[in-house]
Order: sequence, then C-alpha cells, then structure tokens
Amino acid sequence: MPRIAFTVNGKAGTAEVPDNQLLSSLLRDTLRLTGTHIGCDTSQCGACTVHVDGRSVKSCTMLAVQADGAEITTIEGLANGDTLHPMQAAFRTHHGLQCGFCTPGMVMAAVAFAEKNPSPTEDEVRRSLEGNLCRCTGYQNIVDAVITGAKAMASARS
Amino acid sequence: MQDFKYSRAKSLADAQSTLKGAAEGKYLAGGQTLLPVLKQRLASPSDLIDLAGIADLAGIKAGAQSITIGAMTRHADVAASADVRRLIPALAELAGGIGDPHVRNRGTLGGSVANNDPAADYPAAVLGLGATVKTDRRSIAADNFFDGLFTTKLAEGEIITAIEFPRPNRAGYVKFPHPASRYCLVAVMVSEGPQGVRVAVTGAGQQGVFRVSAIEAALAKSFTVKAIEGIKIADGDMMSDMHAGAEYRAHLVGVLARRAVAKALAGTSN
Repeated sequence: MPRIAFTVNGKAGTAEVPDNQLLSSLLRDTLRLTGTHIGCDTSQCGACTVHVDGRSVKSCTMLAVQADGAEITTIEGLANGDTLHPMQAAFRTHHGLQCGFCTPGMVMAAVAFAEKNPSPTEDEVRRSLEGNLCRCTGYQNIVDAVITGAKAMASARS
Repeated sequence: MQDFKYSRAKSLADAQSTLKGAAEGKYLAGGQTLLPVLKQRLASPSDLIDLAGIADLAGIKAGAQSITIGAMTRHADVAASADVRRLIPALAELAGGIGDPHVRNRGTLGGSVANNDPAADYPAAVLGLGATVKTDRRSIAADNFFDGLFTTKLAEGEIITAIEFPRPNRAGYVKFPHPASRYCLVAVMVSEGPQGVRVAVTGAGQQGVFRVSAIEAALAKSFTVKAIEGIKIADGDMMSDMHAGAEYRAHLVGVLARRAVAKALAGTSN
C-alpha cells in the first residue's frame, strides 16, 4: 500500500492508502475530518469540495494517493479557534443554508472563488457555484452570503 | 470503488512500459471523467497509470503563429492564461466554460481530447481552430484525429503530449450548455485563419464533433452573420435524446453558428 505524506489544515501527516481510496474517504474515514460531506459520489454535487494546493477540487473525484505531497484545506481548517472565517460568518449572517448538508462544499467553493474575486457581481457568484448543488434550493441566501463574504475577506486582507 | 493498481509514471517511456506490462492498463490524466466512469463500473482497468508526474506535459507556450498547450494543462490554467486570452480569446472562453470550477481545476486538455466525448467542449476547439495533436510518436491534424464516439486515431498506448492551436484572425465559440451537466447540448466554434474558415460542432452529431461545409463555404465568401442566415442544417445525423431532439439540435447549430460569427466579428481586434 502506498504511503503518502501531506499537510491537512496546516498539520503535517502521513497515511497508508489503498490504491483505490478516494481523497474524500481519506479525509472522512482515515483522518475523521467528517466536515467534508459526500453527497452524490458522482462528481456532481460539490458537497465534498476541499482545497488542494490552493485550488478547489471535488475530493470524491481524486485519489488519495494523488494527494501525496499536497497541502489540503478542509472546512475544519477555516476557522481560527472560535473565530469563524469571514466566509463562514457571512453564511451565518445571511442564513446561507437550509438543511446544511451542502454547506461545507459551498463555503469551500466560495472561499476559493473569493480569493480571486474580491468584489464579485451576483452573476459571477452564481456561475462560480455551478459545481455545488443545494437540494433545498436555498441558493438566494447562499449567493448573498458569498457576496458579503468575498468583501469581508478582501477587507481582512487589506 | 473497484480495485486497481495505481502507479505514477516518471516519464513517457515509463508510462508506456507500465501500460505494456499491465493486463488492462489505462492512463490517468485529470481523472474528471475516468474516476466517475470507474465508480459506475463502466470500465474496469487492472492498472491506472498517472501522467501527472511527467515533466513538460503541462504548460502553455505562445509562438508567433500558434499556441502550444501541454496535454496535462488544466482547463482553469488555459482559461486564465494571459497568452491564450490575448491570442485566442475564444479558446480561453471555451476552457472557462467546461464543467464547473472544481472540475476545471483538475481536468486536462489531453484527457478531454483523448476521451472524445461527443458532448465535450475541447473537440470543437481542436477541430474548429484546425489544431495539431502532438503525441509521443507523431503529429496528427485535427481533421484526421477524431474517429466517432469516444474514439480517436490514437494507437494503443499512444500518449498526447501537447496540442498546437494556430492563431486565428478571428474566432468565436458559443455553447448551449445542458442545464444540469454543463456538457454541450450543442456548441459551435467558428474561426477564420491560416486554414481558411472552419466551423466545428460538438454536442450534436451522432458521430461526435463534425465540420459544417455549407456554413464554411458561405463564410469563406463573406464572413458575416447574414451570409449564413438561410442555411438549413439537416437533422439526419444529429443525436436525439430526452433533452433535445435531432430537429432541435439541427436548428441550434444554425442559431449558435450565427452567434459565433457575431462574436468572432466583435472580437476582431484580438
């Protein structure tokens, strides 16, 4: 079994991974980071979105062994202690969720998007969320949250 | 997930020899099609040979007359490339509309073109811009590369290394995305460049991507929207499914071709 080394949420780690293990399974089953959700397992819903080397990816559509040497960020890595990440805070302010199942993926997608788009339009936000499905169809508040969160992230940087 | 043996190739030669030694090996590029296909058990390779570790397969090189894009270049990198946006904006736009942002961060040019999905975007760029597919053993012109549904002229074990896109004088791409999957219900690439006028359609044809000679001939005489207004597209070779019938797809080819020409004309300064 290949042994891989990686960084998850700032902490270095290693794991023995079966060749066919998905990154989503490494995170959830091996590392017990269950904030990353598996919604469809067919690469469509985006609930499993995490960041690999700074880019948003669907962790159910990448092999764990492909993350060898990578820097991974999951939803658990966003908050600083008890202080929510600005995007998480914006989701709370706007109530950008209904059942909450898609929320980790939505937030991870939104953070990756907002890092490159500090002041997005509503249309840009909607297009950026094409890879993330909310079965409750609670999109309006999610979009509002991403617009607010992007601005908050930009002002936190400046 | 079904069982397979994973290996990461260090070089093209390494990838080829691993494939030869495998009972039923498959190359893994970005995995955005192959991994979902494995989960659905539509394929069951004994070995996956990852091409991501091979040096020089990713990257974008702009020349005077063309842009050469490495096979392992991710869609997001093509979409964001300053060179591609400046020299072939229609190609940057196409890459930026594939799938969704997360898929674009993993999916690769070579993977998409080798797979030749009849509803994928990139085949329209390769055929519509008159690109050349470079492999580990030869160069193949776009017109000789695609060979029907999910089939290409690539030989067993042959690896796409890069694709060279000649710089067009003007080009436009318009896509009618499937509302759920973001694949092309129909999409049209129109270009006018060193190889004359080329019009390629993806998403519609029963045999995958194809050129439309009637539209090309009319545009060669006059590169205007008006020149192709009366052209009727036959629906005999169009795909038909629950999302769109053959007649509707044929109709969309005409509509999207006109919009693509308008876009190409609007972007002439590029």
